[in-house]
Amino acid sequence: MSVMDAWLGAETGLLKGVSVSRKQAVNFSSSSCLDRAQEVRALSWAGPGETELLVGSADGLVRTFSAEKGTFTSSRRCGEPHEGCFSGLHALGSALVTCTEKGAVRVWKEHSDVPVTEVRAGEHVHRMRQSPVAPHRVATGGKETPVKIWDLENPDKPMFTAKNLRDTWLDLRQPHWVRDMAFIPGTDRLVSCTGYHQVHVYDPSSPQRRPVLEAVFGEYPLTALSLPVDGHTVAVANTQGQMALLDLRKGLVCGVLKGASGSVRALQCHMTLPLIASCGLDRHLRIHSLQDRKLQHKVYLKSRLNCLLFSSNDPNAEAKPVKVKEEEEEEDEVWDKMESVHEDRGAHEEDCVHEDRGAHEEDCVHEDRGAHEEDCVHEDRGAHEEDCVHEDDCVHEDRGMHKEEKVQYTKGKNKRKTDSKTGQKKTKKQKN
Amino acid sequence: MDFTEVPVSDQGKGKKKKNKKTKKQKVSEEGEARGDDIDTKDGVKMERTEPVTVFPPTFSVSEIKNKQRRHLMFMKLKQDKRKQKIMLKKKKKKEREALGDKAPPKEVPKTIENQRVYDETTVDPDDEEVKFDEETDEFAAYFNRLTNPKVLITTSDRPRGRTVRFCEQLATVIPNAHVYYRRGLALKRIIPQCIARDFTYLMVINEDRKMPNGLVLCHLPDGPTAHFKVSSVRLRKEIKRRGKDPTAHHPEVILNNFSTRLGHSIGRLFAALFPQDPHFVGRQVATFHNQRDFIFFRFHRYIFKNEKKVGIRELGPRFTLKLRSLQKGTFDSKFGEYEWVLKRHEMDSCRRKFQL
Repeated sequence: MSVMDAWLGAETGLLKGVSVSRKQAVNFSSSSCLDRAQEVRALSWAGPGETELLVGSADGLVRTFSAEKGTFTSSRRCGEPHEGCFSGLHALGSALVTCTEKGAVRVWKEHSDVPVTEVRAGEHVHRMRQSPVAPHRVATGGKETPVKIWDLENPDKPMFTAKNLRDTWLDLRQPHWVRDMAFIPGTDRLVSCTGYHQVHVYDPSSPQRRPVLEAVFGEYPLTALSLPVDGHTVAVANTQGQMALLDLRKGLVCGVLKGASGSVRALQCHMTLPLIASCGLDRHLRIHSLQDRKLQHKVYLKSRLNCLLFSSNDPNAEAKPVKVKEEEEEEDEVWDKMESVHEDRGAHEEDCVHEDRGAHEEDCVHEDRGAHEEDCVHEDRGAHEEDCVHEDDCVHEDRGMHKEEKVQYTKGKNKRKTDSKTGQKKTKKQKN
Repeated sequence: MDFTEVPVSDQGKGKKKKNKKTKKQKVSEEGEARGDDIDTKDGVKMERTEPVTVFPPTFSVSEIKNKQRRHLMFMKLKQDKRKQKIMLKKKKKKEREALGDKAPPKEVPKTIENQRVYDETTVDPDDEEVKFDEETDEFAAYFNRLTNPKVLITTSDRPRGRTVRFCEQLATVIPNAHVYYRRGLALKRIIPQCIARDFTYLMVINEDRKMPNGLVLCHLPDGPTAHFKVSSVRLRKEIKRRGKDPTAHHPEVILNNFSTRLGHSIGRLFAALFPQDPHFVGRQVATFHNQRDFIFFRFHRYIFKNEKKVGIRELGPRFTLKLRSLQKGTFDSKFGEYEWVLKRHEMDSCRRKFQL
């Protein structure tokens, strides 16, 4: 839905949509039972408007999820599981670019099972990213595979191959392990972070193929990287949950973002606001503000999280009266749908609009029934206090019975005490 | 009159506790002074000019420079407080007895466990997602009865006597455990060999200054690695009133108080150390009790005297553990991905918040 602020992919195969302003988290799954083989490895927007998501899973399927409808609309097979999981997935107009961990970058046209172009990008590619300016340019990098920029229209040779750092003072070759990279908007340059806790900036337009700038942070491998809007800083995170902002002009650490207790798998900065979202193995989504580096929101999502997509909504925007209106509208919608849903034997939650329209794509894998393994989150009625932090997740079965499932959620450190009190009260009630 | 001999400077020091006494003195002095204006003028003059002296409220016992006097003052302060407290208690008790049945219920005293900040990651037993997560995690093979645990216990290089004895005793407590001497081998090289020989756990006891102080517990095929700080190790001969040595029967396992998601993972890690056998033979039980993020390990032998009474004897070593990090994958402290790391400055700032 366009209300969702962030989309996350989990290791259990679930796609989670989180709305920070409404304090809800919704699970979407393409089949009625959870499956580890559907572990979400890559997430990306399917088009310029943020209405559809591409979800790449560990079994080689790329599913399209419609944010408006709240269901998986189609899926296609883009590679075999034995070739490794997806390390990059992007939309290229109406086509798809995927990259597996074994190094095969492929372009898939719509409605075809065979890739149009295939590029061998090395033995092990950890990440592939698309340039936001020129969508046919992608960058790849991995363990002992240097950073390469490819132009998909001329896939024979990379446009730019980075050179490894100079040998150490003992004349030993420096090991090389690229984990994530990003194109700096506005210029031609590329920033990458390595498993040896280095951050490199490359400039393809300059004659030197070695990094233009090298910065070091921490002692643990850097796992994720993201560029905030202001353009001269970069946010990196490592396997111990340390997140930092580095300045790209000098390579110094500007500041550290605290809070994460486990390895951070994905970082993303908001498109317009100074916010950064992070998720990782500690099963939480955290949103920090970049100006004062304080934690603004923290959401507990019960599975380990692999990837993250921030939408361009403002997470701090919505206010109460709007909430109420939306509730009424949605309740009306729910009532409207009730009848139509009866014919289709299905779900009567707002988020679940399963229609048969979805099924006309060739590789539509899931049935309509399948899409109802959704934990629908009611904006609960009673909780109209502003500081109401608890929402009720409803897992409904087809009979319409609601099993309450709670998604605990804290908004910033200050609110914790009140939350805990109300939380305790609530649990007691539930137990009773 | 004897009291007024106390010089003025002393009064300045002895103000707080002698407050009441000095005030009383004042009143009596004033009473006397009014009577005997002329006689006691010299002594009482100073006090008379300030008849109702209000002592500055910021005085405290710690301002007295003389250690003995300060100590005396403090003792008096304490005694007074204790008296007040006892009086209050008696009063309350009387009131309670007087009210009889209508008395309000007794207040529960606040403890740190009572005041624990509610953790949002507490596992709800009905939660499907968490259930699925646990059913398909690295311990699935053990919990589905597909593998039997086989534990390799070793130490850091060159262990001293206490650590060696600790390892031997642990090997008697954990069934199917083998102790191997470390001989300076690298853990990353030992792990593939263990996997080839069907070991399911690798336990490394780290030693510092002849005392065991750390434990690395690595679940073998590809499982999580937990690193603990070990403290308060008591070997068998140091345990008083202990029973005879443990036999080779499989013990039962009790896991107490692992309520959060992280606690669940650690609980499963401990549970998978022992073979699963619902028919308990041998009345031995190993307990892992979590309280305030410390895990206490005890090993007992129990006997049911009748249906309600149990007698227990502690056998076996006793130690406490504190989790320092949980890493996904086998031991790789440099390049592994951590699921949870103890960060003292961030996590230990609130005394009411616990992670396990």
